[in-house]
Amino acid sequence: MVALDIKDMEIVYRHPDSLVDISTHYCPGCTHGIAHRLVAEVIDEMGLAKRTIGVASVGCSAFSYNYFDFDFVQSPHGRAPAMATGVKRSRPDRIVFTYQGDGDMISIGAGEIIAAAGRGENITVIFLNNANYGMTGGQMAPTTLPGMKTTSSPNGRDVEQTGYPILASELLATQQGASYIARRSLHDPKNIRMAKKAIRLAFETQVRGLGFSMVELLSTCPTNWHMTPANATKWLEEKMLPYYPIGDYKVHPELSELKV
Amino acid sequence: MAKELWKGNEAFAEAAIRAGLQAYFGYPITPQTEALEYMSARMPELGRVFLQAESELGAINMVYGAAATGVRTMTSTSSPGTSLMMEGLSYIAATELPMVLVDVVRGGPGLGTISPSQGDYNQMVHGGGHGDYYPIVMAPAGVQETVDMVYGMFDIAEKYRSIGVVMLDGSIGQMIEPAEMPPMLEVRKDIPEWAVRGGAGKDKRILTSINLDPAEMEKMNLRLLKRWKEVEKNEVRFAEYYMDDAKIAIIGNGTAGRIALSAVRTARAAGIPVGLLRPISLRPFPVQAVQEVAAQLDNILVVEMNAGMMLEDILKIVQGKTSVEFYGRIGGVMPYPEEILAEIQRIAANPAPIKGHPRDLWMERIEPVINQ
Repeated sequence: MVALDIKDMEIVYRHPDSLVDISTHYCPGCTHGIAHRLVAEVIDEMGLAKRTIGVASVGCSAFSYNYFDFDFVQSPHGRAPAMATGVKRSRPDRIVFTYQGDGDMISIGAGEIIAAAGRGENITVIFLNNANYGMTGGQMAPTTLPGMKTTSSPNGRDVEQTGYPILASELLATQQGASYIARRSLHDPKNIRMAKKAIRLAFETQVRGLGFSMVELLSTCPTNWHMTPANATKWLEEKMLPYYPIGDYKVHPELSELKV
Repeated sequence: MAKELWKGNEAFAEAAIRAGLQAYFGYPITPQTEALEYMSARMPELGRVFLQAESELGAINMVYGAAATGVRTMTSTSSPGTSLMMEGLSYIAATELPMVLVDVVRGGPGLGTISPSQGDYNQMVHGGGHGDYYPIVMAPAGVQETVDMVYGMFDIAEKYRSIGVVMLDGSIGQMIEPAEMPPMLEVRKDIPEWAVRGGAGKDKRILTSINLDPAEMEKMNLRLLKRWKEVEKNEVRFAEYYMDDAKIAIIGNGTAGRIALSAVRTARAAGIPVGLLRPISLRPFPVQAVQEVAAQLDNILVVEMNAGMMLEDILKIVQGKTSVEFYGRIGGVMPYPEEILAEIQRIAANPAPIKGHPRDLWMERIEPVINQ
């Protein structure tokens, strides 16, 4: 075996400073890890770690504060945008973001997120949509696709009984107070790179004081979808993307000129 | 500073500002709304944070976030709003953050009335939300006492990193009385050691209420309990009136106690040896004061603006050592002094121990009055 001399090599990929170097509790194949990494990379690249306060929510990401290496508070289920508002208003020079899942943000926390967007609250929301309640074992969420089987829709989501998925990005983009609303997907490298740019723009929105920003990240949940990680990724691409089109739903003019 | 005429709701808002309040979050609800309105003008004028939240859920969680940064923060609401805030209060208690809540109580249950009541006694004094904790709860009997209590409550909340509740009924919120405002304190500039501020790596702070390890959560619960024992040791407050030679004691808090005092004075003028014990701290409760009354006097009359919530606490403390009777008005109705005077006269005429539960006997007496 030939020993490689790495002394003179340029480092092109490394562990982000803003992520603690430990294993996470997330299931194999879950895209939370990718989302964490993207947020951490953006925080590092923008040099924000020493003035950022994260707001964890309730769901699989409740313990995200163990993985990000900066100040964190943890909110009641769905209330993260309200708690973030209290943090941001008290310390307006700090960068404040919430990290929420779909059950948290657009079911139990629908009131708080719409109110925060309407106020143009100068916070950033990282919103993971995996179409079910992951932490409690895969129940139907407002984002569950029509016909999709979950533990609380065992015969598939019946839209006659339970209605249709809530399209959070489309909904929040109608709010005048929202300055940056984008939906991205974490199912392949190209889309992951696009997601990172969106996360960067969301934090740029806040740094520039432009108001509310939110990035919806379409995510996989292999465990509760009862699929291999590879099949889950494929399912996301084939089933979720048509229902949840990726794109920019609201971009403040000041951001559209920005190169990131 | 001279006395001025102040409406209760505006008075406690100004008192909180003078105590160095940095961030207020609230939601309109009668009979508390004047406090929110007052804050909406006064806080921005002083360069401090005011925000009308989308709901009481929003308001208490904004307070949660603000408290986590170490600023002096509060909200105010009334009973249905307090019910909504229970979730946030439990989380705040578990995260060991200081905050002040002013609950201007109205008649319930449900949407109920907008009239004065003491129907929140159980949900505050025996509660807060889920889990093993107690908020510190104090009940004033007038505008000046409300001012002084709110002014001092921030220090108490911070001393114990606990929730400080000032619970007044709607009449105190709405009434106008002379009150002297305390001096304006400087707003705090420093950040408490435990607060989040934006810190990375070794300076990272986490403020959370979750701990999935029951053994660790048990230790945390024990820590809360030990801190509560300190509160019990240091923060018991009550007032006594005409108790030195009393043979009958009335026990009533807040406005019920104040109305009872009018009845006590009239009874005294007629030669009836009656006194008043007015619990000011409801949690911690003045247990020893009630025990002493029970040991020395033959008759206690508990007066409340609910159906006997504090009565249950008194019965537990008294343990049958003396005869306890009850008089209350419910659903947002306030008792007249004459009603309480009639009760005093009845007991003075027949001080023999009662047979039966005091609530049952009161119901027999009050039902014709309510239905008349």
